[in-house]
Amino acid sequence: MAIYRSHVLVCGGTPCLLKGARTIRNLFQQEINRYQMADEIRVVETGCLGPCDEGPVVIIYPEGVMYSRLQPTDIPKIVEHHLYKGRVVEELVYRERKDSKEISSKVPLEGEKYLDRQKRVVLRNCGRINPDLIEEYIANHGYEALGKVLTELRPEQVVEIVTASKLQGRGGAGFPTGLKWSFTAKTQADRKYIVCNADEGEPGTFKDRLIMEGDPHSIIEGMAIAGYAVGAEEGIIYIRGEYHLSIERMARAIRQANEHGLLGKNIFGSGFSFQIEIRSGAGAYICGEETALIESIEGSRGEPRVKPPYPGVAGLWGKPTVVNNVETLANIAPIILNGPEWFRSIGTESSPGTKVFTMLGDINNQGLIEVPMGITLREIVYEVGGGIPGGKGFKMAQTGGTSGGCLPMEFLDMPMDYDTLSKVGSALGSGAMLIIDDTHCIVDVLKSFMKFFCHESCGKCTPCREGNTRLYEILTALSAGTATKAHIQLMKDLARTMQLTALCGLGQSAPNSLITCLRFFADEIEAHLNGKCPTGVCKSLATQFEAV
Amino acid sequence: MKSLADLEKIREEARRMTDLREGKAQTKVIIGMGTCGIAAGARETMKAILDEINKRNLSGIALTPTGCLGLCEQEPIVEVEIPGQPRIIYGKVTPEKARQIVAKHLVNNNIIGEWVIGRK
Repeated sequence: MAIYRSHVLVCGGTPCLLKGARTIRNLFQQEINRYQMADEIRVVETGCLGPCDEGPVVIIYPEGVMYSRLQPTDIPKIVEHHLYKGRVVEELVYRERKDSKEISSKVPLEGEKYLDRQKRVVLRNCGRINPDLIEEYIANHGYEALGKVLTELRPEQVVEIVTASKLQGRGGAGFPTGLKWSFTAKTQADRKYIVCNADEGEPGTFKDRLIMEGDPHSIIEGMAIAGYAVGAEEGIIYIRGEYHLSIERMARAIRQANEHGLLGKNIFGSGFSFQIEIRSGAGAYICGEETALIESIEGSRGEPRVKPPYPGVAGLWGKPTVVNNVETLANIAPIILNGPEWFRSIGTESSPGTKVFTMLGDINNQGLIEVPMGITLREIVYEVGGGIPGGKGFKMAQTGGTSGGCLPMEFLDMPMDYDTLSKVGSALGSGAMLIIDDTHCIVDVLKSFMKFFCHESCGKCTPCREGNTRLYEILTALSAGTATKAHIQLMKDLARTMQLTALCGLGQSAPNSLITCLRFFADEIEAHLNGKCPTGVCKSLATQFEAV
Repeated sequence: MKSLADLEKIREEARRMTDLREGKAQTKVIIGMGTCGIAAGARETMKAILDEINKRNLSGIALTPTGCLGLCEQEPIVEVEIPGQPRIIYGKVTPEKARQIVAKHLVNNNIIGEWVIGRK
């Protein structure tokens, strides 16, 4: 492996690829060849660097200069001035905020609020390594944790370490991972399975996608460690069908791990064997629910099972199965290497560690971030997120994707962790962070949420199948000015019934946004009963209002 | 993969490749790459240094081009900065001299006094 004097890291996450990152990468290579610098400068395609809205993004090392929003015509300039002559092209350097005039000439991993407030555990390699080269993962301590586990620890010690770390499942529910593993570890069976849930379907969530694209080996390593801990020799990654690039990179990573003997038989000469295969989903939101996901792997219609028994005891093919989220698994290797105390030192006491969020909506820095648990909403929105564009006011944040609750301004200083959020009827969930400014109408926003659930309800149980549709109808009536006071009570009753009686998480959490909005934005919703839409978004009401 | 030692071997090899991105490079070698430098042969000098670094399997060195220093007459100019030591500026560095700078200064920490045109 040759040493190069400079590395050009081109972000190859899906958002940047959609903005033409592949062309940018090819142009860099072409220009570098033209200046005969091919043996001096290496062009590397990496996973997501974070500021997705600023794509295509490129970082050049050793200087650590980040260029953003690159156009094909910018590349010859960067190659000539920066790479050939050593002068940074200031006007193309990434700016922290769109509306700030300041240009930060260098973006190493410090100094910028955007990166400063972040703590990268799960995303430790994202945007820093080439996900298609196992050597680059190994260079950053990759597979060291697996080696340590297999050669130094007994399976029950591994479960103890993960339990002591207090790691909670990062898919949404926040169930303690160590406890989950211990159920499966204790159950006797001739076969057990590790399933990685990568069927990320929550609107606005794309963290698992970018983790798989940016650091696929971290998931493989986490799964193999889980397999050893609970006594499973087979793993399945269930990836959402639309995630073509994730599937491609995971498949390549699995192949490389097999070639290096990091998967397969007798890993590290320990006698432990582990295999991983990929299954792709067909695009149903419900298959993110673990029992529906298992049904889907078995070839059945993706509908949830009645619990108990839980998958930990009787899951895939009736065998004990651990189902873990992508982000959860990516946390495992660092916990093994650095110890549970280290992990607990990050975040809050009840929710240690970090959380990866996808920030979107009315916010300046849209993209992927990783912050310690317990950071306040205000810090996320105004420091990491760079504030709300156009000088508009903050109206609410929806955490946890479409199935999460909505938090108004009063909650800006609330710490973001599992406990605190569930107390106010929201959830940390899958890590989507939708910011909505004060020009949007609550009824209108809720309508679009409920429309999604009408579409995605699998129809197996009545509360979810009927409830979502009725809620959507009432919201439509509200926005048209035909709803009555009784409708509000009906919505509350329906929502409560769904929470209590729906078969799975989909129906139980579908009314979360509605319930929180009925509590925090009651005035605005009730104004619609009097034929007024305070923001003027509901068109039929707006005209009525103006006519009066 | 038979043992942790096998993994260690791959890591050591791969680290050389990715070290550059850690910002941990201690030693800096900066080459003037203005029009004057390029005309005087700075490109060849740079290639010689990179080749020598590769041949000797050195790590932790950041080799970067920079603009004109204002001493066009002395180009190609090479600056060597080792932490805790004064910056040494060499003038009229031919590829041959460049290789010797790597061998003597970077590897053995012996400054080649007769080529030095400045210290900071």
